[in-house]
Amino acid sequence: MHIVIKLFGVPLSCPITNSMNIWFSCFLFIIVTPAHIVRLYDRFEALDKEKTGHLRPQDFGAINRLAMNPIGDRIIGAFFSPGQETVDFHSFVRILAHFRPADKKHPKDPSMPEPVNSRTSKLKFAFQLYDQDKDGKISRAELLQVLRSMLEMQVTEEQLESIADRTIQEADLDNDDAISFEEFRKSLEKVNIDHKMSIRFLR
Amino acid sequence: MKLAVNFLTIGLVILSLPCGSYTEIPPKPPGSVTVLPPVKPAGGPQAFPDAENSNLPVFTMDYARIQVPFEVTLWVLLASFAKIGFHVYHKITFWVPESCLLISIGLIVGAIMHSVHEEPPAVLSYNVFFLFMLPPIVLESGYFMPTRPFFENVGTVLWFAVVGTLWNSIGIGMSLYAVCQIEAFEVQDINLQENMLFAAIISAVDPVAVLSVFEDVSVNEQLYIVVFGECLFNDAVTVVLYNMFIFVADMPVVEPVDVFLGVARFFVVGLGGMGFGVIFGFVASFTTRFTSNVREIEPLFIFMYSYLAYLVAELFSISSIMAIVTCALTMKYYVEENVSQRSCTTIRHVVKMLGTISETLIFFFLGVVTITTEHEWNWGYIMFTLLLALVWRGLGVLVLTQIINPFRTIPFNFKDQFILGYGGLRGAISFALVFTLPDSIGRKKLFVTTTICMIMFTVFIQGISIRPLIEFINVRRTNRNLETINVEIHSRLIEHTIAGVEDLCGQWSHYYWKDKFLKFNNRILRKILIRDNRAESSIVALYKKLELQNAMEILDTVSGDINAGSSIVSLQYEKKSSGKPKRKFVAADLMNMHDILSKNMYKIRQRTTAYTTKHSLPNDSRTKEILIRRHTSIRRSLRPGSFNGPVWNTRTYSTSQKYRHTYSFKGFTLFFTILYITVSPATQPHTITPPPPCFMVGTTHVEIIRSPTLRLTKHGGWNRKSQTWTHQTKGQISTGLMSIARVFWPKQVSSSYWCPLVVVSLQQFDHEGLVHTVSSEHLMLRCVR
Repeated sequence: MHIVIKLFGVPLSCPITNSMNIWFSCFLFIIVTPAHIVRLYDRFEALDKEKTGHLRPQDFGAINRLAMNPIGDRIIGAFFSPGQETVDFHSFVRILAHFRPADKKHPKDPSMPEPVNSRTSKLKFAFQLYDQDKDGKISRAELLQVLRSMLEMQVTEEQLESIADRTIQEADLDNDDAISFEEFRKSLEKVNIDHKMSIRFLR
Repeated sequence: MKLAVNFLTIGLVILSLPCGSYTEIPPKPPGSVTVLPPVKPAGGPQAFPDAENSNLPVFTMDYARIQVPFEVTLWVLLASFAKIGFHVYHKITFWVPESCLLISIGLIVGAIMHSVHEEPPAVLSYNVFFLFMLPPIVLESGYFMPTRPFFENVGTVLWFAVVGTLWNSIGIGMSLYAVCQIEAFEVQDINLQENMLFAAIISAVDPVAVLSVFEDVSVNEQLYIVVFGECLFNDAVTVVLYNMFIFVADMPVVEPVDVFLGVARFFVVGLGGMGFGVIFGFVASFTTRFTSNVREIEPLFIFMYSYLAYLVAELFSISSIMAIVTCALTMKYYVEENVSQRSCTTIRHVVKMLGTISETLIFFFLGVVTITTEHEWNWGYIMFTLLLALVWRGLGVLVLTQIINPFRTIPFNFKDQFILGYGGLRGAISFALVFTLPDSIGRKKLFVTTTICMIMFTVFIQGISIRPLIEFINVRRTNRNLETINVEIHSRLIEHTIAGVEDLCGQWSHYYWKDKFLKFNNRILRKILIRDNRAESSIVALYKKLELQNAMEILDTVSGDINAGSSIVSLQYEKKSSGKPKRKFVAADLMNMHDILSKNMYKIRQRTTAYTTKHSLPNDSRTKEILIRRHTSIRRSLRPGSFNGPVWNTRTYSTSQKYRHTYSFKGFTLFFTILYITVSPATQPHTITPPPPCFMVGTTHVEIIRSPTLRLTKHGGWNRKSQTWTHQTKGQISTGLMSIARVFWPKQVSSSYWCPLVVVSLQQFDHEGLVHTVSSEHLMLRCVR
């Protein structure tokens, strides 16, 4: 079994046989700093009660506060690639790496693929929280679902629909009654995504 | 407002009577006529002042009686005319901040007065300044402070305010003392304590000056809030240092105990100020809960309570600025929910007006008094003070930012730090403080002169140059027009995501505390302090605001005579031009306006229908239809016996369109929803009258199940005691669901038919109308579309 990790976009693969090797290889090819890797691994192990080396949705659901989060289920869903039932440590860290503050010091190399914590990647992550059927657009129904879960029963259905209509109307530039990723990105162009979507201790 | 001017006048009159400070010969404002007051006994006005003259005086003049209010009014008017004059040519105010212009006018007026040998009114005396001129400005700053960025940056703000001011004071004091030792400057008689005292006075960044400059220049939000917060909160440190050094200047020996006492005093001053502010804020919010019948005097409470907070803090010599700022912060949120829309607008208007007037007057008198006080010039001392102040502030900002940057999500880069250091303007607070130095300090005049120079330098040179500098070095700017629904929703989503991921990682950050505080707020505080307790999400609030704006614009444009918009849209938003496209929303906006303005909904609906009948608006037929439908559904729902539950009194009737946010306690059956589902005409073996084909929501926190074809099957038993059907189920919670808890069915229910459904305290259901399977207490709804 090989694990592929990217360091600044350069894919490196190394064989792993057990969980210790995961930690070790991550240590060598860091996408997060070593201390955080250790902490995250401890957390991973704490969540993985049956010690299988993989996490299932039930394990995520055991976190109480996450279950109470209005979009908790979507966040959990984001960890699982389509078709997969479990998430291993590598994917766990990879998803979390989206939330690192952007590294301004290293110049961007256009030949390398986009780093995981760049603004675009973060926006894509947020976009995928909306777009559950992965068709590349946020349809009105998807938007309504998210609004409903976030507004927590404070508004009527009509209000929700009006809000959703207005949202789409504001952002939709090509009049297809859905928000594509480009339109999503454009509507948020003035917002400092790096600030909002960064978790400090992952730096 | 008459009230404010009356208050000001009365205050000054009261002040002038017992207080000995106002003993100078009152000045004649330029251009007025001096009239000798008629001779009269001191006992009071008399109808016939001249007893000898037997004729009835046709025309009398009594200047002495109205003198004080008259002059106050004239000065205020003069300053306001100056302000009007500046805006005639808008380019002036673009490049030169208003504070500079006002000081210049003040200088001119002061020169005129000096040349006719008049004394200015003692406006900048200690009491008048600190009791009357300063509170309105600070109240305005506190009231309009953007709370969310403030609380996100509160650590940085306090760090700069406290440690920064300390650093500045001590640094400047020590270096000035070193400078004093140089013989060439002839200031060797100033000892260390006096130097430290002086340094404490001039190291405080002044809110008045800073805000008037920074408001026009839109730097990025982080920077703005840190500068803003710093200048408001460094008052605590300044007060402590000032009192400490005055005290120490009298004492012969300084003991280490006194240093500890100083630190303890700092905590008392700072925390006490905040504590008083919070207490008064809560009391004010609580009071406004009961003012629904006395709407006319609602704004009064805001001003009285905040002023009271200020005065009580002054009584105990703790930081009154912090008291009034925290009072305004706490009060604003709750009061704006309790008071009527008009009162809210009035409050904002008056707060802004008082603040602007005070600020204008302060700068104006700064100019006037500059000319008329006695000065003592000393090149060396003054130049070194200016230099050292700049140097120490720059150093302080650098060092402090280095320490605090790792703790910030957005670190300050060098450009930000430069603006942070450069934007430390001094102003009138230092000036008033230096005037109140005890005369036992020998070099008081020198201090006064130096302070004035410092203020002039910072306000003029730094104030004028800061705008071009910001553009030159290209600081991160902020775009204030971020109020699109998109941004709000997406930001909210991102916040939830971050909170979720942080929970996932097992770490907490300030979102945790924010969530905790919000829960505490919703559960306890709002219930006590707000009359009409509905928690409202910020998305909804923003949406309502935007819709209201839109609707008002429509009313304004379509029927130009209606001036409905200006009284409801508040001051802050008037300046922003709403460029929202009005493509599809004409009729829908109005419908939503009826819908969403749920607070005054009944009244507004009637108001707008009055307008709509008088001036024809497009597409109001649809709105009327909805109104009619609503009316019938309300009427129908009030049939006796159609539901079991609490009494529908008249208040609930008018609030029937509102959606209360209650929490699902077990067995909490006070509020419920009636959910009407379409009736199948064929299969009705029972005698329930067919419900109307619409639904109505009562007062619950429940989401309405919209799907009209919801069909419920019975899988449980009829519980005679509670008159409910209870359903057993095993199911899974599918993700992203709304909830239902217990289902009350009317008694004559048989299986699989459509019937009115009464639901209580929902827990989870799937809104899509497909399979709703919920696992909660004894509930199964198996709904098939």
